[in-house]
Amino acid sequence: MVAHLPVLTIMIPLFAGLFMPLLGRLNRAIVWPLAVGALGFATFGSIHMLVDVATTGEAIHYSFGGWALPTGIGYRVDLLNGMVLAMIAGAGLLTSIWMLRPAQKEIPDEGRTSYYAVFLLCCAGFLGITITADIFNLYVFLEIASITSYVLIAMGGRRQALYAGYSYLIVGSIGATFILLGIGHLYMRTGSLGMADILSQFQADTSLYTLSDVRTAFAFFTVGLAIKMALFPLHGWQPSAYTYAPSPSSLFIASTSTKVSAYAFYRICFGVFGLAFLTDGLPEIRQIVLVMSSAAIVLGPLIAIRQGDLKRLLAYSSVGQIGYIMLGVVLLNVDGLTGGIIHFWNHAAAKGSLFCVAGALVFRTGSSRVSDLAGMGRRAPWTSAVLTVAGCSMVGVPMTAGFLSKWYLAAGALEADYVFVVPVLIASSVFTAIYVWRVLQLVWFAPKDVEPAVTSEVPWSMRIPALALGAACLVFGLTPWSVDLARSAAVALGVGS
Amino acid sequence: MLDVLSHLWSHYHYVFYILLMLIGLYAVLAKGNLVKKVIGLNVLQTAVFLFYISIGRKAGGTAPVLWEGKPETVPYENPLPHVLMLTAIVVGVSITAVALALIIRIKRGYGTIEEGEILALDEADARGES
Repeated sequence: MVAHLPVLTIMIPLFAGLFMPLLGRLNRAIVWPLAVGALGFATFGSIHMLVDVATTGEAIHYSFGGWALPTGIGYRVDLLNGMVLAMIAGAGLLTSIWMLRPAQKEIPDEGRTSYYAVFLLCCAGFLGITITADIFNLYVFLEIASITSYVLIAMGGRRQALYAGYSYLIVGSIGATFILLGIGHLYMRTGSLGMADILSQFQADTSLYTLSDVRTAFAFFTVGLAIKMALFPLHGWQPSAYTYAPSPSSLFIASTSTKVSAYAFYRICFGVFGLAFLTDGLPEIRQIVLVMSSAAIVLGPLIAIRQGDLKRLLAYSSVGQIGYIMLGVVLLNVDGLTGGIIHFWNHAAAKGSLFCVAGALVFRTGSSRVSDLAGMGRRAPWTSAVLTVAGCSMVGVPMTAGFLSKWYLAAGALEADYVFVVPVLIASSVFTAIYVWRVLQLVWFAPKDVEPAVTSEVPWSMRIPALALGAACLVFGLTPWSVDLARSAAVALGVGS
Repeated sequence: MLDVLSHLWSHYHYVFYILLMLIGLYAVLAKGNLVKKVIGLNVLQTAVFLFYISIGRKAGGTAPVLWEGKPETVPYENPLPHVLMLTAIVVGVSITAVALALIIRIKRGYGTIEEGEILALDEADARGES
C-alpha cells in the first residue's frame, strides 16, 4: 500500500467527496465521520511520504498506468511539496473536526451534506495541485480547487457572500485562463507537459530563455498565479471572500488556498523554468515580484489596522503574509528560501488559529465585529490564549514560529544585497503589532463593567483544533526540525548558499 | 512595416485569438450586468481553445488515426491540444454553471443583477451596521 500512497492521498478525499451526497442521503450521521476519516487518511499519507522523503533524501515518483514520464501523467513528492501536502491535509483534518458545530449553525440543513462534499473535493483539489508532476494536470486540479472554493465562499448565509463568491469566480477564472495560456505557450515551444521534461529541455539549451513565447508563458503564469494567491495589488477579491464566507470555509481557505498558489509559483520557477531563468533568463522578474511582495508586506498590515471586522482584518493581514512567502523566491539564496518555505507552515498555523478564534466569535455572537471581543479573556480563556499565541507569531515575537520566518528572510535579504527589505520587514512587524495589540487589549484588559459578548467557551470539538494550531505556532518556533526540513528543501531546489 | 504585416498575415490565427481574448476581457471588465460578464468569460475561454487548436494544426494534416496501408509520410494533426481542450471545455461549462447558479441566488437576494446597484446596496448595508 505504501507504494500507492501518493495516489491514495488524493483519491480518498476525492472519492469520499464524490460519494458523500449519496451516503449522506442514506444516513446523515455518517457525513462528518466520513470527512474526518478521509482527511485523517490524507494527513497520515502526506506525513508518511514527508518522513519517507526526509529520511531517504530521494523524491517519490508515481506514474499512472505504467506509462513512464513524460508520456504519462505522474505524481512526484519531494521535500518542498511534501511539506505543503502535510500543511493542506493537516489544515483540512483540523478544519473538518472543527466544523462539526459551526456547520450546524451556519449552513442550512438541506445543504450541509453537499457542503461537506464540496469541502472534501476542495481539499482533494489543493492536494492534487501540490503533488502533480504534470503541468496540465496542475491546471485541472487548480480548477477543481477553484470551483469548489467559489461554492464554499458563496454558501455563507448573507447575500454579500453570494456576491463575494461571484467576484472571486470572475477574477479567479481569468487567472486560471491565464495559467492555461501559459501552459499552451510552453507546450508550443517544448512539445511537453511533464514538468521535469520541460525543465531538462531548458537546462539543455538556455538560449530558449530569450524566446518571446517562453517569456510570455512566464508572464501569464505570474499574473495568473498572483491573482490566485491574492498578491498585492491583485488581492481585490480576497477580503470580501474571507469576510462573508461561512466560518469553516474561511478557516480552510485562509490557511491553505493562497499558499497553494504560492507553492505553484515556486514549482513553476524551480521545477519548470529552472533557476537560471530567474538569474539570467529574465532577471527583471525578480525586481517586479520583489516590489509587489514588499508592497504587500507593508500595506497588508497597514490596511488591517483600520478594520472593524475581525475576519476582514485577518484577510488583509493574509495579503501581507503571502508577501513573505513570495519574497523567498526572489531572494534566491538558501536563507531566504528557508524563510519563505518555513512560512508555509508558520502562516498556516498562525492564520488557522486566528480564524478558529474568529469562528468562535461568530459561533457565540453571530457576527465578527472586533468590538465584540471585549472581555473574552474572562469568559473564554482557552480561545483567548490561542489568540494571544497566534497574534504573537504574526508579529514575530521570538520563540514563536513567525519570528523564525522573518529572521531567515531578513538574513537572506542581507545576503542578496536587498538591504531595504529589512526595514520593510520591521515596518510590517510594527503595523502587525498595532492591530494585534488592539485586539489583545480588548480581550484581556477590557474595563470590568463591560459585559463580554462571548459568554462562554466554545465546545471541545472547536477548542481542540484551535489549541492544536496554537500549539503548532509554539512548536515550530521552539524546535529546530521544521527549519531543518525547510532548509533541506531549499538546498534541494539548487540555489547557491 | 511590410515585414510586420506579412508576419501578422502568416500568423493570423494569433491575431484572431488575441482579438477574441481582448473582446472577452473587455466584456468582463466593462459590463455591469453579471450575465454579460459570464458571457465575456466564455469568449475569453473560447479564445484559449482557438489558440490551442491552432497550434496543433499541420498543413495538409489528416486525422491522427492509423489505417491499413497508411503511408509513413502522411502528416497528421497533433491530437494532444484537442484532448486538452476537451478538458478545458468541461471546466468552462462547469464554471458557467456555477456562475449562473450564483446569479440566480444574487437576483433573489438583491433583486438585481447590475453590479453598480449591488455595490450600492452593500454600501447601504455597511452604513446601517456601523
